[in-house]
Amino acid sequence: MATTKETTSTVQSAPSVTHYLKTHVRDYGMLIALVVIMGMFEFLTDGTLMRPVNLTNLFLQNSYIIIMAIGMLLVIVAGHIDLSVGSVAGFIGALAAVMSVNYDLPTILVVPVCLVVGLIIGGLQGYWIAYWKIPAFIVTLAGMLVFRGLTLALLEGQSVGPFPKSFQLLSTGFIPDVFGVGRPNVTALVLGVLAASAIVFLAARSRAQSLKYGIQDEPFSFFLVKNALIAAAIIYLSYLLSTYRGLPNVLITMAVLIAIYTFITNSTTIGRRIYALGGNVKAAKLSGINTERLTFLTFANMGMLAALAGLIFAARLNTATPKAGFAFELDVIAAVFIGGASMTGGVGKVIGAVIGAFIMGVMNNGMSILGIGIDWQQVIKGLVLLAAVVFDVYNKQKAR
Amino acid sequence: MENIILEMRGITKTFPGVKALDSVNLKVREGEIHALVGENGAGKSTLMKVLSGVYPFGSYDGDILFNGETVAFSGITDSEEKGIIIIHQELALVPLLSIAENLFLGNENVENGVINWPKTYARTQTLLEMVGLKESPSTLLGQLGVGKQQLVEIAKALAKDVKLLILDEPTSALQENDSAKLLDLLLEFKAQGISSILITHKLNEISRVADSITVIRDGASVSTLDCHAQSISEEDIIRDMVGRDMANRYPQRESHLGKILMEVSSWNVWHPEALDRQMIHDIAFNVRAGEIVGIAGLMGSGRTELAMSLFGQSYGKNIQGEVRLRGESADLSSVPKAIKSGLAYVTEDRKELGLILEETIQINTTLANLDRVSSRGVINENIERQVSEDYRQALNIRTPSVFQKVMNLSGGNQQKVVLSKWLYSQPDVLILDEPTRGIDVGAKFEIYNIINQLADDGKGVVMISSEMPELLGMCDRIYVMNEGRFVGELDQADASQEKIMSMIVKA
Ligand SMILES: Nc1ncnc2c1ncn2[C@@H]1O[C@H](COP(=O)(O)OP(=O)(O)OP(=O)(O)O)[C@@H](O)[C@H]1O
Ligand SMILES: [Mg+2]
Repeated sequence: MATTKETTSTVQSAPSVTHYLKTHVRDYGMLIALVVIMGMFEFLTDGTLMRPVNLTNLFLQNSYIIIMAIGMLLVIVAGHIDLSVGSVAGFIGALAAVMSVNYDLPTILVVPVCLVVGLIIGGLQGYWIAYWKIPAFIVTLAGMLVFRGLTLALLEGQSVGPFPKSFQLLSTGFIPDVFGVGRPNVTALVLGVLAASAIVFLAARSRAQSLKYGIQDEPFSFFLVKNALIAAAIIYLSYLLSTYRGLPNVLITMAVLIAIYTFITNSTTIGRRIYALGGNVKAAKLSGINTERLTFLTFANMGMLAALAGLIFAARLNTATPKAGFAFELDVIAAVFIGGASMTGGVGKVIGAVIGAFIMGVMNNGMSILGIGIDWQQVIKGLVLLAAVVFDVYNKQKAR
Repeated sequence: MENIILEMRGITKTFPGVKALDSVNLKVREGEIHALVGENGAGKSTLMKVLSGVYPFGSYDGDILFNGETVAFSGITDSEEKGIIIIHQELALVPLLSIAENLFLGNENVENGVINWPKTYARTQTLLEMVGLKESPSTLLGQLGVGKQQLVEIAKALAKDVKLLILDEPTSALQENDSAKLLDLLLEFKAQGISSILITHKLNEISRVADSITVIRDGASVSTLDCHAQSISEEDIIRDMVGRDMANRYPQRESHLGKILMEVSSWNVWHPEALDRQMIHDIAFNVRAGEIVGIAGLMGSGRTELAMSLFGQSYGKNIQGEVRLRGESADLSSVPKAIKSGLAYVTEDRKELGLILEETIQINTTLANLDRVSSRGVINENIERQVSEDYRQALNIRTPSVFQKVMNLSGGNQQKVVLSKWLYSQPDVLILDEPTRGIDVGAKFEIYNIINQLADDGKGVVMISSEMPELLGMCDRIYVMNEGRFVGELDQADASQEKIMSMIVKA
């Protein structure tokens, strides 16, 4: 007993910053990588990357990948994979186009119907995976083919568009400036400051709580610097956006989704059980966890998020094309693995997947500005994915 | 002076936040059986992993001398080349391969690049005979219980050219007679000049076979005892291990039996795949409030199958029979229902069925009763932390904090985490399947105390154990099981090892 206490105190009395960083490289590595990559492209593109117009574009371009990455994270944490998300997104875009353009249905009806259809599609795939124990790889590979085909059938091989104005707002809309200034958009600034303060407040509160229980190993200086940087980054970004057209609607959608899913994965019983299920199905089952239902729900949720992504993508292009969503699943899955999720399940974070998606997004964007061809872009993205996973594995081995 | 085959000098190994070994010394003479003992988490397995190159040269401090020369292994293949073979505490076999394939994995009988199967099967047959395992070489490993898998591991080591054999708790999953066979095997090796290091928590085994003993406590070697130079009692070893005297192995308890809590009648279970094979035949038993009931039996007698079929039908098909809890017929058809009805099952296979290894102690502790630390589906992490911290202290889990991943705990401490989880589910009837497997004497005593406490609180405990002294020391009543049937029932007063064995044999 006495010895246990001793070790406890030695561990906690010396929280040096370098030691802390060393033991938490995996947590911060990808964030640092993102910052470095952004800095590099900012330099290479002579400041084009961070120009308000481009920044706004960056968010618009990547929103659907990020939204799907959130759902994919849950799927991968649960120990599965979903190859059908690109096709499903394309199919839902087509469905929305047919409903709004061919049948003139109002957006207020089209959007919920499409989300429900996505939910059902995900649920159907989840049903086979969860209750029939058919490998997700196979079920969703089938789904990928089926929905690619259905998209073509639904659109009769044509592009359908344009969408009504109200539908386009899903992607191209901006939060209007309630303060009436317009440029800079004060609402954007205020929201940025609010978001930054909320993040700092929550971080401080959770730190205070863990201090109370005597289990805080993050050095205070590190905590300060980290949160100051994060807050500054958010405020700076919202300032940049405010000098253009303000906050895009999708950015808000994304932020809300990130917050909700971070909460679900960190703090709810459902989230906890998904991690347990991915970590060891048998043990989870014997602990009274309804593993089948959870798997089912995870896929249903993925279907819904894929549908949302499909809607946003269609709204952004302002038409539904038979090729929409093609190969999205690859970017999405890559984002999740770059973000530190484990192939075998049980490990991964929402924020990691989001950072992973941004890394992919910034590289796409930066390389396009630089005029690098699509061929080399693919090569570089592939190498980055490999490097990120190697980095992960390397760190894991070193920790032994 | 005899030859020293192995000398480890000043071995120090640290993990982030934990100093697992602090300049440990170990000297093994050629052709001896050297016992390595110590409490859970003392560092025995870690020391052996350093020796066998699992933790490569450079990741620890200190020197290793093998046959007089300094060695620096960068991996397990290096040490195997020198004839150092380790059998890990946690088995490392491929469940989907046959016994024969497992035995020669990485060491295949190859002729011109092609595996010679007849030869492989023949050699497997001899090796299996040597370890006393009656199974066909083509049996899939996954179909064997943990105990039999352990024997396969040992046979696998024999397939290589071994000079120093390291066995990390080889008998923890074995039946007494199988353990005896294994120890005889070690003595046979000794006669052939093979040295071995034996890690075990079963002290009677040490007095039987060991030539010398090294005791490790809290990551440091505290003593080395020569069994031939002096007479060593188990009490001496325990004193060195835990740093104090222990008068009793089993805590005293006065039982106060209440009403019947659980009553099982005409319970029949069939094999999940081979549907015509009946695994459990017409079993009936009961547990009273405040009672500890034991189930004795040999390996493969169906005790685990019985327990798991009761616990939410986690094993078997076509399950028939009735379970009454507190007098009322209970629906135990799924694990959540079984837990709700007040049942808990502590598995014998902690790694596969009991723990999420990648997760922390905290998360594992509350997993079976998450609702109790959450409201409206949101987990209150502070309460959760407090709960797991309480169990860590109550069960004396050796680790700096509840944020440690279970993967990084020593085997015995992992077992305590599984126990914590089920204690926290607050069951009325707790089924314990080999609850003290791989647990040191001191911790065993602590766990016995916890079990007794549960009984004193009016709960019912069903204890499955292969260690008969443990059943005799703890239980009010013992059922004897053989080949899927209950073949006898004994009260504490007239139970004895001989009686249990004779019931099994007669059946
Ligand atoms: N990879 C790791 N990371 C962190 N700590 C570790 C790691 N491996 C072992 N430890 C710690 O080192 C200590 C020694 O563990 P070890 O497994 O050697 O104990 P042991 O003597 O074999 O115990 P047991 O009898 O329970 O098997 C324990 O406190 C354990 O928690
Ligand atoms: Mg060990």
